[in-house]
Amino acid sequence: MKMIYLDNNATTRVAPEVVDAMLPYLKDFYGNPSSMYEFARKAETAIERARTALAALLGADPREIIFTSCGTESDNTAIWATLRANPDKRHVITTRVEHAAVKNLGTFLSKNGYRVTFVPVDAKGFLDQDYLFDHLSHDTAIVSVMWANNETGVIFPVEEIAAQVREKGVVFHTDAVQAVGKIPIDLGRNAIDMLSLSGHKLHGPKGIGALYVRKGTRFSPFLIGGHQEAGRRGGTENVASIAGLGRASELAAANLHGEITRLRSLRDALETGILERVPNAIVNGDRQNRLPNTTNISFEFIEGESILLMMDELGICASSGSACTSGSLEPSHVLRAMGVPFTAAHGSIRFSLSAYNTREEIDYVVDRLPAVVERLRELSPYWEPAMACKGRA
Amino acid sequence: MWEYTKKVKDLFLHPKNVGVIEDPDGVGEVGSMACGDALKLTFKLDEIKRIKDVKFQTFGCASAIASSSALTEMLKGKTIEEAEKITNDDIVAYLGGLPKEKMHCSVMGQQALEEAIACYRGKPATEKPGNIVCECFGVTDVEIRQALKSHHLTGLEDVTNYLKAGGGCGNCQEKILEIISEIHGLATSAEKTKPQLTTLQKIHLIEDTLAREIEPALAKDGGGIDLIDVDGNRVLVKLRGACSGCKVSKLTLKDFVEKKLRELVVPELVVEEVSE
Repeated sequence: MKMIYLDNNATTRVAPEVVDAMLPYLKDFYGNPSSMYEFARKAETAIERARTALAALLGADPREIIFTSCGTESDNTAIWATLRANPDKRHVITTRVEHAAVKNLGTFLSKNGYRVTFVPVDAKGFLDQDYLFDHLSHDTAIVSVMWANNETGVIFPVEEIAAQVREKGVVFHTDAVQAVGKIPIDLGRNAIDMLSLSGHKLHGPKGIGALYVRKGTRFSPFLIGGHQEAGRRGGTENVASIAGLGRASELAAANLHGEITRLRSLRDALETGILERVPNAIVNGDRQNRLPNTTNISFEFIEGESILLMMDELGICASSGSACTSGSLEPSHVLRAMGVPFTAAHGSIRFSLSAYNTREEIDYVVDRLPAVVERLRELSPYWEPAMACKGRA
Repeated sequence: MWEYTKKVKDLFLHPKNVGVIEDPDGVGEVGSMACGDALKLTFKLDEIKRIKDVKFQTFGCASAIASSSALTEMLKGKTIEEAEKITNDDIVAYLGGLPKEKMHCSVMGQQALEEAIACYRGKPATEKPGNIVCECFGVTDVEIRQALKSHHLTGLEDVTNYLKAGGGCGNCQEKILEIISEIHGLATSAEKTKPQLTTLQKIHLIEDTLAREIEPALAKDGGGIDLIDVDGNRVLVKLRGACSGCKVSKLTLKDFVEKKLRELVVPELVVEEVSE
């Protein structure tokens, strides 16, 4: 059975070109980039080449890039580094729909001496910007707003927000893990101070991330150690993965515009195909202002984990915002923040596409999914009106 | 990803006895769409009062569907008196096991069965006894007490796995912990003849309790605890991370650490924090 991988917001296939770019640094050039001989210089050169490639993808200066181990480390670094550099400020603003890397750090901070404001969203997933600006104060150290939401794909106007936040002299950070490589980003043209990204979301390897820190931003290191990354992040560099992220950045930059158009049309075919064939299916989040590769659809009256496991039998990989798949007993915090009713939140499925998906795959899913939904609805007590108990004995 | 047994997967993909029986002798409905799972069970008896036909409809995950399907298979041919004896443990055994986080799926089966039998006996839709503790999932103190006793549950996590209580907003977790210590407090006073511990045994037990009961709870808030010394009944500790310097650390020590140690080691212990 062929696998159809539609879970690219979770992770992506490592591009074969990326693997090729990494292998020399795993097999042959194992030198420590900090060492003082020609052999080690090869590793150092690879890192700087990757830094330049990633900076080009972001419209940044290579010196503004810090390599980290993952998106979560980048997010934690951005927020902690700013709080430590501004010890007199005790207020943080973020949103109710952030990824756990920012959301749970926010909750932690709120229990440990900081005030944290979580900005709400509306039914379409749009941020309440007035609420955000109303809460900015002299005490605010940092505002952290994700660029695009991982579950719905909804894009936030981070560039506009950053400009207004800068006017108040507050640092602006964005978790752009889902945006980098999927939509154009040009840090030379906006006021974003810090930006987090992760390698494995753009066909790079897992275990590598980066944090962009605009020149002049006050920064106190999060990982304290050696002089690596200009003293801003201690720890021997993950040379092979950095080389991989560099190659992935080159590929993303080269393919970006073509892929946006192609992915959007594939995603739309998937979405309209499903909506036409399945009754009581609802798209979560705004359908215009979102990532070209993502759709989040709720199938009413059935539960997400069941849908995923039945799709798995057909070789289709996706993810769900249902309680049973979240590891807790409550459905997705993003859908709840949007006010999606429980009836729909438990049955939500996210499909996220990549450059490797084909029209044939989308047609297969559109062809097979309706039967899965129908089968589970036959099992569901909510699909038909309830019957009252009469009593017999 | 959940580790489901072959039986669970099989009953999920090929569920048996799906549907609703027309004109049933008993109907049991539990759960709700808000809770994330729900089960409707209907059965019909034959002339000699055995369950001739039984059907289910389930809204929920794979293990909820498999648990319901298993229950219907187990019920066929049984008298009401025999059916009444089926517990969620029997459903779990039939399935060859369930992940502990999914125990509530089997509990839902037992609850639907109880309700269907009550319905058959003409006592439909009685109010649940007790007071609601968990608002998110509508779980009462009576249900929590029963589950604690019949399944020998010891911690909050167990209660959540079995009944879902405390797994939503989390506001009722304190109340559940109170019920747990109440039940286990009763149990310990009943067995007053606890053997005297040697100093070494006492230290081991303190270490064990800190590691198993206390450290994980503190770690959730980014803190931790180190045992420095035990001097008679004085337990000297040091709080780490977020807990140290935290204004509520005194409260944590007395209300949580000391209470737990007294409950699980010896009631005479006094916990003191060592300063730098």
